[in-house]
Amino acid sequence: MAKTDVIMPQMGESIAEGTITKWLKKPGDAVRRDEPLFEISTDKVDAEIPSPAAGVLAEIKVGEGQTVEVNTVVGIIAENAAEAAASAAAPATAPAPAAASPAATTAPAPAKPAAPQPARSPVAHTPAPAAAVAQAATTALRETATPAGHDAESVEELRRTRSTPLVRRIAKEEGVDISHIQGTGISGRVTKKDLLAHLEAGGPAVAPTLGAPVPAAAAPAPMPAGPVFRPGDNVVVEPMSLMRKRIAEHMVMSKRTSAHVHTIYEMDCSNIMSTRNQVQADFVRRHGQKLTITPFVVKAVVEALRAVPVVNASVDGDNIVYKKDINVGVAVALEWGLIVPVIHHADELSLVGINTRVADLANRARGKQLKPEEVQGGTFTVTNPGVFGSLFGTPIISQPQVAILGMGMIEKRVRVIENDAIVIKPMMYTCLSYDHRIIDGAVADQFMGSLKKTLETADFKALL
Amino acid sequence: MDSIATETAPLCEAELLGVVPYADALEMQAQRVALRADGGCADRLWLLEHPHVLTLGRNAHETHVLADRARLAALGVEIHECGRGGDVTYHGPGQLVAYPIVDLAPDRCDLHRYVRDLEQVLLRVLAAWGIRGHLVPGRTGVWVERPGAPPAKIAAIGVRVSRWITSHGIALNVRTDLRYFDLIVPCGLAGSAVTSMAELLPDPPTVAQVAERFAQEFGVVFARRVQFR
Repeated sequence: MAKTDVIMPQMGESIAEGTITKWLKKPGDAVRRDEPLFEISTDKVDAEIPSPAAGVLAEIKVGEGQTVEVNTVVGIIAENAAEAAASAAAPATAPAPAAASPAATTAPAPAKPAAPQPARSPVAHTPAPAAAVAQAATTALRETATPAGHDAESVEELRRTRSTPLVRRIAKEEGVDISHIQGTGISGRVTKKDLLAHLEAGGPAVAPTLGAPVPAAAAPAPMPAGPVFRPGDNVVVEPMSLMRKRIAEHMVMSKRTSAHVHTIYEMDCSNIMSTRNQVQADFVRRHGQKLTITPFVVKAVVEALRAVPVVNASVDGDNIVYKKDINVGVAVALEWGLIVPVIHHADELSLVGINTRVADLANRARGKQLKPEEVQGGTFTVTNPGVFGSLFGTPIISQPQVAILGMGMIEKRVRVIENDAIVIKPMMYTCLSYDHRIIDGAVADQFMGSLKKTLETADFKALL
Repeated sequence: MDSIATETAPLCEAELLGVVPYADALEMQAQRVALRADGGCADRLWLLEHPHVLTLGRNAHETHVLADRARLAALGVEIHECGRGGDVTYHGPGQLVAYPIVDLAPDRCDLHRYVRDLEQVLLRVLAAWGIRGHLVPGRTGVWVERPGAPPAKIAAIGVRVSRWITSHGIALNVRTDLRYFDLIVPCGLAGSAVTSMAELLPDPPTVAQVAERFAQEFGVVFARRVQFR
């Protein structure tokens, strides 16, 4: 097969890496040699990179916003469309050659004993489990990019008929109907990796997306009474992705486990907003990234957890387990679900360090590059539904933690301050969902009081 | 104008355009880049001024524009997004804008070198009026020391390269009304500031005078035979 690697070019002697800012072609698009293919950004210079060959863009390996070293393969150009399709299905064989064969030839995964950690399974060590789960869920996205001409065929049809012979053979051997698997290949085709992930998923329930192993006691949620739909009803039935299933199981399990109570505080964000605005331009120049509000909140959460340690704890039978490490999970919304990467030892990081970690973890979460340990070990979680315009959410605790903080939208509101003066201030509702089994209302409010004090009065410039 | 480089150096046509709306300049550049890439013309150095405009580079954050759209409209300031590197920049009357549309291939294919070379041109231009500019490590643009005040930025650089053909370029504050910079987040922390040649010199030159000098120094640094059209 005549394929050409598209590499991150060396744009200067002292330039070691580049950030892809925009792909000018989509997978499946035809390109001429020297036609602009993607744009990169290095320092203050933007550059448009021409295609190294004529053909069809078969695959984008490095997405927009990602920074890679010079000479990294960022995409693949195939000679024609058929090869482009083949190559899109092929990558499954490339990253996991050693791990794939045992799983493909041995007994199906359901026979395995219940193991809570996916990292121990034979295929999972190559792609991170969270990543594999996330990848299995991208079908909906890919389907929107279905090349013209394939519209008439159903996705199921495509998965069955257009998968590679290898995938079909394994499926046959394992007795799997691949039309029911969420494929990540072109137009939702099932790749070998998808199939192996599917076989693997036949095993026990795990919750890699929420950073906490699900206790063995967690039984499936009871079915609602009566059928949800009857044959002939005007509905579309779509199997949940693996990630969706894990989230669903974990949410129900958490609601059943913890006695959720919520307390809502309104925070005056003048302090953090003005600090951020003052340092932003210089921060971007020095660190190559924007300073977001999240690190300020994480920093304040760390202070509050230190002040009120029972919020940084877990319940173990009749014991309260106080966690000495402060590992703050930060929920990242993905187009295909949600993932909570964890900032380990957040109490040891500066504002810059937290910002960098958050940006890096969020980026890699979106690029499906997280390692298993990066979504595990959280002791407290921060989630930000405010980015979508929510005033405040009442989030569900990520087990086995005992509290989660939801940030609302920051917006200017009219406040009455001392002397009955009316002022306009950037305000944010924050909601703490806490487990009333071990945290009393007064203690939760003590935590929120500490959080408020830090956010509103701390000299964050000194913490940069 | 004297020919600076030797007769064998590649030709670069310089052109004084006067005041050009930003959108027109973008369009001109796009066409010229395509033409230059096809070998249909020589290198070109455009020297111009823009009406009041804020431009947002690829890395720009809208929050760095401090004024809202209504206030910008009231002040007659346009706002544009553009495909160069960098953040928010202000352009306006009294500021020399230079857009080199030159082919860096085959011997100058290095983005950092290109930016450094532009900085050198700016330093030489400022030196011609006795202003000692300097660079700040990790930042692009040219800065000057001011007695009793923190260093201030006098020239900005934001460039784009497509198949080694350059576009966008530099903006040097000659007689810029610096109050317009208050519309955007100033370059860095509080205390960092912008300045102009007029602020530093008792008898400042005109934009046209600085433009001619820029073309001359551009020829020296880039080894081009600069000819005004």
